[in-house]
Amino acid sequence: MITYLTRRLLLLIPVFVAVSVVIFLILHLIPGDPLDNLLRVGSSPEKRAEMSARYGLDRPLVVQYGIWLGNLLQGDLGTSIASRRPVASLIGQALPHSLLLGALALAFSTLAGVALGVAAAIWRDRWADRLIMGGVLLGSTLPSFWMGLLFILAFSVQLGWFPVSGARGWESLVLPVLTIGLGGTALVARVARVAMIDAAERDFVLLLHAKGMPPGRIRLNHVLRHAMIPVVTILSLRIGWILGGAVTVEYVFARPGLGTTLIKALSQHDYPVVQACLLMLAMAVMLGTLLGDVVQALMDPRVRREAA
Amino acid sequence: MLLSVEDLSVHIGVINPLSDLSFGVDRGQILGLVGESGSGKSLTAMAVMGLLPLIGGRISAGRILFDGTDLAKLPEAALRGYRGRRIALVTQNPMTALDPVVRVGRQVDVMGRMHLGLSADEARRRTIELLTRLRIPEAQAVCEAYPHQLSGGMKQRIVIAIALAGEPDLIVADEPTTALDVTVQAQIIHLLGELVRDRGLGMLLITHDMGVVAQVCDQVAVLYAGRLAESRPAEALFEHPLHPYTSALIGCIPRDGMAPGSLHGIAGAVPSVARYPAGCRFHPRCPRAGEICARQTPELTELTGAGRLACHFPLEGTHG
Repeated sequence: MITYLTRRLLLLIPVFVAVSVVIFLILHLIPGDPLDNLLRVGSSPEKRAEMSARYGLDRPLVVQYGIWLGNLLQGDLGTSIASRRPVASLIGQALPHSLLLGALALAFSTLAGVALGVAAAIWRDRWADRLIMGGVLLGSTLPSFWMGLLFILAFSVQLGWFPVSGARGWESLVLPVLTIGLGGTALVARVARVAMIDAAERDFVLLLHAKGMPPGRIRLNHVLRHAMIPVVTILSLRIGWILGGAVTVEYVFARPGLGTTLIKALSQHDYPVVQACLLMLAMAVMLGTLLGDVVQALMDPRVRREAA
Repeated sequence: MLLSVEDLSVHIGVINPLSDLSFGVDRGQILGLVGESGSGKSLTAMAVMGLLPLIGGRISAGRILFDGTDLAKLPEAALRGYRGRRIALVTQNPMTALDPVVRVGRQVDVMGRMHLGLSADEARRRTIELLTRLRIPEAQAVCEAYPHQLSGGMKQRIVIAIALAGEPDLIVADEPTTALDVTVQAQIIHLLGELVRDRGLGMLLITHDMGVVAQVCDQVAVLYAGRLAESRPAEALFEHPLHPYTSALIGCIPRDGMAPGSLHGIAGAVPSVARYPAGCRFHPRCPRAGEICARQTPELTELTGAGRLACHFPLEGTHG
């Protein structure tokens, strides 16, 4: 297990390098000049050259990348061009909000999704199954930002149950968590249903019945356990997606977080902040996948063997 | 009779893959249920185990008398008291019969805990005892292994251990050796034979392999396309097969000193349930078939010695 973990961690290094190159390049190749936001209209070319030199923008791209990566590895994410504050502190303020929101949304979609999927599998092809799967289909097709607006309209504006926006207390978390979590719930429910049905038809389940084990116990101790293996895979892929999805949802609910920070930085061409935000999202995807693989190895001895 | 199946018919939806099957198994006896793929052997196993609903089937007629109780009439909850405890199943493919994410020891332990009310420690002690008696070396270590770490033969021994752990009276073994290497096949077959004699169990051994039947069975029931063709004591059946199909099956067993090329197959294949021919279902493949065979289903008749036969033109004319 330890060699497995070490290997997986080492494998992340090349992925990290590749991701950092892509993030760095994308922002330097897209049109728009961050200096336009900093300089007053009609500033002299000398002033522009001076600013460019101050932020190192006059150097070749390779050198800029090298400096950025070197600083990055020392924990220095650069300075925000717009606010002149260290990017690390901006991210440090935003990240906990996003992580809390993401973790709650993930927990919600896991619990609700597995429960719905298992229920649908148990009552397969009956009305409960059709109802659940119909709802799930609907839930997975509606875009989350739109659902967020709908929730605000219904529960905040009309019913007044939850605050419209902001990040004060748990009440302000309910709607954003639901908004992000519902899409995941739908996905998890679908995967869990198919996985349950699939696992219930495996050969060893027949022997469990032949052993005289009660069906409820077979379902809980054996079938569910196998069904969770693909569910974990989906969830691990979902972790990055949830933080990414939080970008628009945070914006809709005007919550502080990585998403709000990213959108603001994008509109200001504040590329050190944008880079840092993208890097966080990419890291979330990588670590999510790793976490999923580790959980999977813990659940299934065959995975441990193949990886060893 | 420990198990007595009488005129059993099975339906899956509207189709009728098994009809009018009768046979009996006594304690200390092995009954071989033989037939090609699609003849209804595994369905019989499922019916005796009361597991037909799992594959969408049901018993549509007949009785399954086990120790005097008709299992066909018992509700599911009552059947569960028999499964594993009094009637145990050894399944076809040991590669997939065990839960791959549970250590094999626990998969055996659960029988003692569930059916005999043993504590975890007691159950484990019994498991190790059982594995040792099934000649599994280092039983203690094997208990800690996952199924994928064991060989096929070893896994089948574990499946047999699971079957024995509930101290059953009857074992239903559905093709227990088909998925194994030939050398391991012989070991498993002899192991099963030994268990039956030593413990006075009854065994319903389902197989397509006449060679296996010849090695251990006391009684043989030959199934063709969902109907009984011939059912007799093993020795008599092998010496003088009466049904042309039985004879053809025996012709498929390789023997010492056979000239190359003299091993025969049976031309054609078992028809699918939807295409069962009228009359005797074997007649399109039968060398002795006459005109009547295509028209009229031969009746299953009691033989003077012992056994039953369903054929218009039996071999050697000892019919009746």
